[in-house]
Amino acid sequence: MQNALSVRNLTKRFGEFTAVNSVSFDVEDGKFFSILGPSGCGKTTLLRMIAGFYEPTEGMIKIRDKDMTDVPPNLRPVNLVFQHLALFPMMNVFENIAFGLRRRKEPDRVVKEKVNSILERVGLPEHGEKKINQLSGGQKQRIAIARCLVLEPSVLLLDEPLGALDAKLREHMKVELKKLQAMVGTTFVYITHDQSEAMVMSDHVAVMNSGQFEQIGTPQELYYSPASSFVAQFVGNNNKLPVLLSKGDGSAKGEGQAKGDGPAESDGEWYSAGYENGMSYRVGGTYDLAGDDVEYDMFIRPEAIVINPDDGEAELNRMECVVKAFLFDGGNSQLLMTPQGGHQELTVTLPQNRRYDHIRRGDHLTIGWHPGSAVCFPRMEVKFYDDI
Amino acid sequence: MMTSKKRKVRWGFFVFFVPVFLWLFFLIVLPQIELLRMSLVGTDYYGDSGFTLRHYGAFFSEPIYWLTFVRTAGYALLVTFVVITIALPVAFYITKVVRPRASGLLLIFILIPFWVSELVRVYGWMILLRESGVLNHFLTGVGLLDKPVEMLYNDVTMVMGLVYTTMLFMIVPIIGVMESLDDSLIEAAHDLGAGKITIWRTIIIPYCMPGIMSGSIIVFMLVLGSYLTPNLMGGKNSLWFTEQIYNQMIVYFNWNQGAAFGFLLLLLSSAIIWAALKVTGQDWKKVIT
Repeated sequence: MQNALSVRNLTKRFGEFTAVNSVSFDVEDGKFFSILGPSGCGKTTLLRMIAGFYEPTEGMIKIRDKDMTDVPPNLRPVNLVFQHLALFPMMNVFENIAFGLRRRKEPDRVVKEKVNSILERVGLPEHGEKKINQLSGGQKQRIAIARCLVLEPSVLLLDEPLGALDAKLREHMKVELKKLQAMVGTTFVYITHDQSEAMVMSDHVAVMNSGQFEQIGTPQELYYSPASSFVAQFVGNNNKLPVLLSKGDGSAKGEGQAKGDGPAESDGEWYSAGYENGMSYRVGGTYDLAGDDVEYDMFIRPEAIVINPDDGEAELNRMECVVKAFLFDGGNSQLLMTPQGGHQELTVTLPQNRRYDHIRRGDHLTIGWHPGSAVCFPRMEVKFYDDI
Repeated sequence: MMTSKKRKVRWGFFVFFVPVFLWLFFLIVLPQIELLRMSLVGTDYYGDSGFTLRHYGAFFSEPIYWLTFVRTAGYALLVTFVVITIALPVAFYITKVVRPRASGLLLIFILIPFWVSELVRVYGWMILLRESGVLNHFLTGVGLLDKPVEMLYNDVTMVMGLVYTTMLFMIVPIIGVMESLDDSLIEAAHDLGAGKITIWRTIIIPYCMPGIMSGSIIVFMLVLGSYLTPNLMGGKNSLWFTEQIYNQMIVYFNWNQGAAFGFLLLLLSSAIIWAALKVTGQDWKKVIT
């Protein structure tokens, strides 16, 4: 399949500061591609380079195999949906959408036809005569996207367009956007700091951190096999425990050690992860360790943890914990607990069957997880938001 | 409770309203009424005074009068357009191009000359431009001119002087509107295929229209009613309508005729502004606030 967008070694420096550092990726025609990263990671700079508002310091951008280096924004076959939409307040909805067509000097008849057909497609026929300030947030959103789509761009760039909407509407627009993209078949490049937006809508997601891509993959790949500590922490919820990782099954240093045979498949070996409670836990995988007791972080998804596992399930790692809080949130209810002998906090997703409604603060529980569902990365401090 | 509260609010209202009302009534409304009365009263051959429209009639029957008005209004419109074309890029530069700190400084640089009275500034121009002035001295010194040229006392210089003295009143309202113009609107237009000229024509100017119109009203009225600049810089050849009023009242001591001209100036300039607002489709209230 043809690549709608292809970026090679793209770099942007502002003085001493490198905002985007040698980023390369391809987006296939008709795909929904997201760039996910915390604020300040350089994703907006990257997007503005693709749109043509910034000139890259190094590297190349190709759209449909055409080099875009010397093409100004108004002549590029890409359009950008701005964060605050940037609809023209002095024009009505029709004129907003017709703006780009008129710049192309299309005859009035064609303009009218195209604008009306796109209004129909975004579900707002009869809204052409309305003023921009008469529209609701979701309607403005759709008009802003329609204004770009009517030009049939090779790539549509979206700069956190859902950021300004309130939570309910955002959930709704997520689904709407995905449906719209599937319907029109245009290639979308979407940037966001909201991992749920990226996961729900995208075919592929690139996780970006301080100017570089940490991992590119499908949402499933990012979630189940993160390539770095950053991805493991940023995509989805995760529990992080600092451990000392050593090679080998490890003669039991504690009772937490899962029993059983070695890795069933040939895709890794056993390692033992020593935690500050004196226990060590089994981890499967392949790690390049310099020696024994290397500082690592172990990640376990909240939903991979079982509460009070059966004794029969011998292969599970087990850990004693004290309940700190019961966080009720309907389907997303969680338990917040602290391992005995440790001071980190763990969150555990509760099943939907109300089996654990009796749990109270201060209760002692055993939790268990499969050695294959935990993953370790060299220790790294990451800041996702500014502390107040 | 309710009534006492209401009364308090009323008192506050009166404290602020009464001085404004007195000011407007005694200094503006009352003299205008007297002028209106004066303009409608005349003495006949026998010395009896009575109601007459002949002062207004004189304006239309004597070409010198209405031609002076047409000339004045024409030049006022010209000055307004020149001021708009200069003020738009200046305001754009101040609000969008330079860094925020520099923009404050630039605005002060524009304001400073207006701390000096108009008379002094006009004399400043005269020192620069007159036959024995600085500019002539420089140009003859460099050798560009063989002998000094009189640069004052023509319409071009007068228009330039009027543009200079009224520029601020256009720049400030335009800056006010332009500051609220989101940069992403300009970028969005660029992204959708518009070039520089198109962006000015379709985005920036329409967006700034309320500011341009309120600035235009101020500049137009100021120029139409200005006396000093056209008189000093335009010389004897450039008749200004305010000079006609001055002549009637002071030179011929015909206050009735002068009052009629004053009212005509008010009515005709209001009519022109009303027409301009109608043509550009601007809302009167939006322009004022």
